[in-house]
This record gives sequence, C-alpha cells and structure tokens, in this order.
Amino acid sequence: MNKLETMDRTGLRTDIPDFKPGDTIRVMVKVKEGDKERIQAFEGTCVARRGGGIGEMFTVRKVSSGVGVERIFPLQSPIISAIEVVRRGRVRRAKLYYLRRLSKKASRIKEHVES
Amino acid sequence: MNGIIGRKLGMTRLFGADGRSTPVTVIEAGPCPVVRVRTREDGVISVQLGFGARKTKHASKAMIGHAKGGGLEAAPRVLREFSPVAEGTKVGDVVTVALFQPGELVKVAGTTKGKGFQGVVHRYHFHGGPATHGNTRHRKPGSISPGTDPSRVIKGKRLPGHMGAELHTEVGLTVVKVDAENHLLFIEGAVPGPKSGTVVVRKQAARSRYA
Repeated sequence: MNKLETMDRTGLRTDIPDFKPGDTIRVMVKVKEGDKERIQAFEGTCVARRGGGIGEMFTVRKVSSGVGVERIFPLQSPIISAIEVVRRGRVRRAKLYYLRRLSKKASRIKEHVES
Repeated sequence: MNGIIGRKLGMTRLFGADGRSTPVTVIEAGPCPVVRVRTREDGVISVQLGFGARKTKHASKAMIGHAKGGGLEAAPRVLREFSPVAEGTKVGDVVTVALFQPGELVKVAGTTKGKGFQGVVHRYHFHGGPATHGNTRHRKPGSISPGTDPSRVIKGKRLPGHMGAELHTEVGLTVVKVDAENHLLFIEGAVPGPKSGTVVVRKQAARSRYA
C-alpha cells in the first residue's frame, strides 16, 4: 500500500501556500469561456480543509451581495492557478460551519497574530 | 499476448488539464515472464505467465523445477494461462505493461472481497418489505415457491448464502495511463478484489453489451 501512497505524495503541487481554516484566501481559478481561458479570483474565508494527498479538498466561503456562497475546490486541481493568503485568522475550530448561521458582521474573524 | 497478471495497489485520482478528476485503480502489473508455451500436442494452445516471486523456502520443489524449466531463478507467486498465443511466443519472453496503450478497453478479473453469509437484500438486491405499518417481512425473501404442486423449491432459487470471494471479471474498463518504468497500469473505475489482490488484465476486443 505504501507504494501507492508515496506515488500520491510525489506528484503533489508544491506551489500551494500553507493556509488553515479561518484564513482569508484568494483562489485564482482558471475559467474556460469558449476557447479562451482567463483567471477569475474567488476571495473568502477558508472554512474547512478535508482529506489528504491528491484528494484533499477545501471550502471557501464569501458573502456576495448578501448571499452566502461556498465553493469547494480540490487542492491539487490544475484549475487552480494560484492561492494567496490575504489574512491569517484566529479560530478555535477546524471546521467553521457555524459561520453560516451568523450575519456578515458577526462572522468576522480576528486576525491571528504570531506570538 | 492479450493479458497480464498484476497486483491491485488501490485507488486514487488523476486530474486532466481541464481540472476533470478521473477515479483510477492502480495496478502493479508484470513484468511477467513466459514460463511455458502449450501447443497443440498439449491439447491446449495457451501461454503460461508468471508474476512475482516466492522465496525458495516457501515454494514446493515441483514449482521450483517448473520455474527452472521456464528459465527463472525463483518460483513465481502466481501462474496464469492466456490465449490466444501470438505467433513466435517462446519461453523466456517477458510481458510488460507496454502491452497496453492509454484509451484501450480492458477487462479485469479478480477474486472479489468475501462478504460472508448474506441475506437476499444484500446478495441479490431484493427490495425487502416496509419497515413499519405492522410489517414483519423486513429483509426476508418472502414466498419462495408455490405449495402442494410442485411441493418443492425450484433449483436456482435465489436465497441467503455465502456472498463474495468468487472470481469476477469486470468488463469495459478503460486504460487511462501506462507507467512502463514502474510497471503500473491506471484503469478508470473500480476492479474486483481487495488491495494487494491478484488481478488479471486482459484486452477486450470491443465494448460488450454488458458495459
């Protein structure tokens, strides 16, 4: 079994920054329109990371004109051209699903300060 | 040669350039030496391939002798026969994953995972009965035959019993990627058997009506 796991590990992307739930991130997504390709940014709070290896997924939540929008991305997918960490957040949970119940104002996350 | 012996390593996924994810089973297949070629004189026209190696202390003397006859040092862990035989196949030839091209249709045979003694709902996908409203036939098969005439249950009636741990061939699978360097085959979808189980990958001429 280790053979498959090492194979999974070696092919992983190395250009992904370290980010955690609570962080505000900007995901640069490649979008195909006809035969043209352009890059669209999706900026929001990372509310969850799950899975590992090539199957790792993460969820980004933002509130767009009053409507909550969550997008789930495969971390290793080639449609992600880049990920930027905009702001580190201080949270005490691995899954921030409680943010869904909160108003935009209440769902603000305090910035994480390196101690 | 139309097939190869391998070991199922497990499942993972491959991403296409467009971000599409393909679920694949990784099979470590070959290199499989030709241990014996059986001709018309043997009554069967086939070629025997070996796979893996057994420690000499664990192999029977007959096996070791047979392997020596095929020009091998160690006895193979698995022997399987394949037909039809390509013209000019001889003992000492080696079959590798280079036999397959990406996009090719294959069928994969393996021993399915044992499920133990199972009822008809799991084993044959019977619907079962309602859970409530006074019903007591939850997962039972129900009536299994008429009464006085014929006074017996028709042979082949699907009833509870042992499920799994049997040879199954999954047909109509596609080879997605071939890694000749590491002897790996990437096949779209699931194949029978547990991780580390022995599987046989064969070429399939055309998409059959079952897939």
